[in-house]
Amino acid sequence: MSLVKMRDVSVSYGGKIVLSHVSLRIAAGEIVTIVGPNGSGKTSLLRTIIGAVKPSQGHVDHAQGVKLGYVPQRLHIDETLPITVSRFLKLPCRLKHDAITQALTQAGVPELFDAQLSKLSGGQFQRVLLARALIGEPDLLLLDEATQGLDQRGSAAFYQQIEQVRQNTGCAVLMISHELHVVMSASDRVICLNGHVCCEGTPAVVASAPEYRALFGTGTGGALALYRHEHDHSHDNCDDSHDHQSTEAAE
Amino acid sequence: MLDDFMVRATLAGIGVAFAAAPLGCFVVWRRMAYFGDATAHAAILGVALSLAFSMSIFVGTVVVALLMALTVNFLSRRGYAMDTLLGVLAHSALAFGLVAVSFLSGIRIDLMAYLFGDILAVSRGDLAVIWGGALLVAILICWRWSALLTATLNEDLAYASGINPKREQLALTIALAITVAVAIKVVGVLLIAAMLIIPSAAARPLSQTPEGMALIAGLIGALSASVGLRAAYVFDTPAGPSIVCVAAITFLVSSVLRGLRTAR
Repeated sequence: MSLVKMRDVSVSYGGKIVLSHVSLRIAAGEIVTIVGPNGSGKTSLLRTIIGAVKPSQGHVDHAQGVKLGYVPQRLHIDETLPITVSRFLKLPCRLKHDAITQALTQAGVPELFDAQLSKLSGGQFQRVLLARALIGEPDLLLLDEATQGLDQRGSAAFYQQIEQVRQNTGCAVLMISHELHVVMSASDRVICLNGHVCCEGTPAVVASAPEYRALFGTGTGGALALYRHEHDHSHDNCDDSHDHQSTEAAE
Repeated sequence: MLDDFMVRATLAGIGVAFAAAPLGCFVVWRRMAYFGDATAHAAILGVALSLAFSMSIFVGTVVVALLMALTVNFLSRRGYAMDTLLGVLAHSALAFGLVAVSFLSGIRIDLMAYLFGDILAVSRGDLAVIWGGALLVAILICWRWSALLTATLNEDLAYASGINPKREQLALTIALAITVAVAIKVVGVLLIAAMLIIPSAAARPLSQTPEGMALIAGLIGALSASVGLRAAYVFDTPAGPSIVCVAAITFLVSSVLRGLRTAR
């Protein structure tokens, strides 16, 4: 029984194709990570799942009554909008005081209850966003580079929190990450995306797949591997032939 | 007591202030100030058309203001830069409206009354329209409040919660068109945007929550209307602009208060 099922989904913005023929399923309770170079359609994929983007082709099916929790990549709160963390967590539905305290505790920031949203640091903000995603007791948690802007310790702690949440609530997690060492240790399944699904499977399988190595180089130990992005490669085990868009990596 | 023109004027001003306050907050949060301006300027075209076809001015202005807002929304998605688009549409609507009014030779109309408002001439009928419109806007905004606020914070968060931000945007646009139509009599098309933005901007430093900001903006708007009218009576100044001047002074005071607080 899968929570979300994408069948042959293509997405284009103004004639530019960002996703082509993507099919995937997310099962209850699993942690799936999407990796891929910049501009490979990772964020578009998540936005298609939450319904913010309409596929130009194919279908996205949600299981009956499935609840999604979404942590966006970055969120700018306008200085002109005064809002406390607790009020933010009450949107869009009213919740009890206890539920908010519990979600903030789960996200590791119970002390921020009365803080103004626009005054939070990057790490605090990401945790508040996590708390907001958790508050509806989601079946599937979607994280879009949730640790962007956090230092290494901060992001390690953040992922530990996610693992903890999964253990406690049993929700599935679909996340985009640039941190390959995290991906390789924490995921049940990895999907390597570059406009299309290049390869997918357990971390060990993906790490040894030629498509993955073509995108990320042979070293999977460190995040630096991401930047060793080779553009010319052939897919030995794929029957479709295609070009990977070249992405200029900033070193 | 409605026999006194000052009482009617004050009630009209307060009605507009309370409709404009929550809406004005969204205009400020969503950075739509010029959007409000463009919608208001289009209303003069609505006035001309209403007079030409002898329709109710309220209906004519609501329709034209709504059309204007929808046109802006539509064209902005077609890749025009927002400020250019609003600059073109707002001023052309105003110009076409003024030209259209000049064709209405049979009817003598006081253009100044529509540009700067004619709050002292508010009749009982006008008062009913203003309060009816204000109530409608208040109900619409209260009903959509949480969804609107979520969509204002982030569109993707709204989608993830099952809210369609485009529908919320439409609700806001309708509320804006109604507010413009009821505020013409009070402050005129040129100063409607001021009634939307200034009280909300003045309320910002004094508030901790979105609801608080809307409430304080309403109070500041009502205070500006009452004090402005009284000042207009005493100093024999034009009423609509006097109301806006008082609102501007409250903005100045609240900004200074904030400055003092951060300096401490």
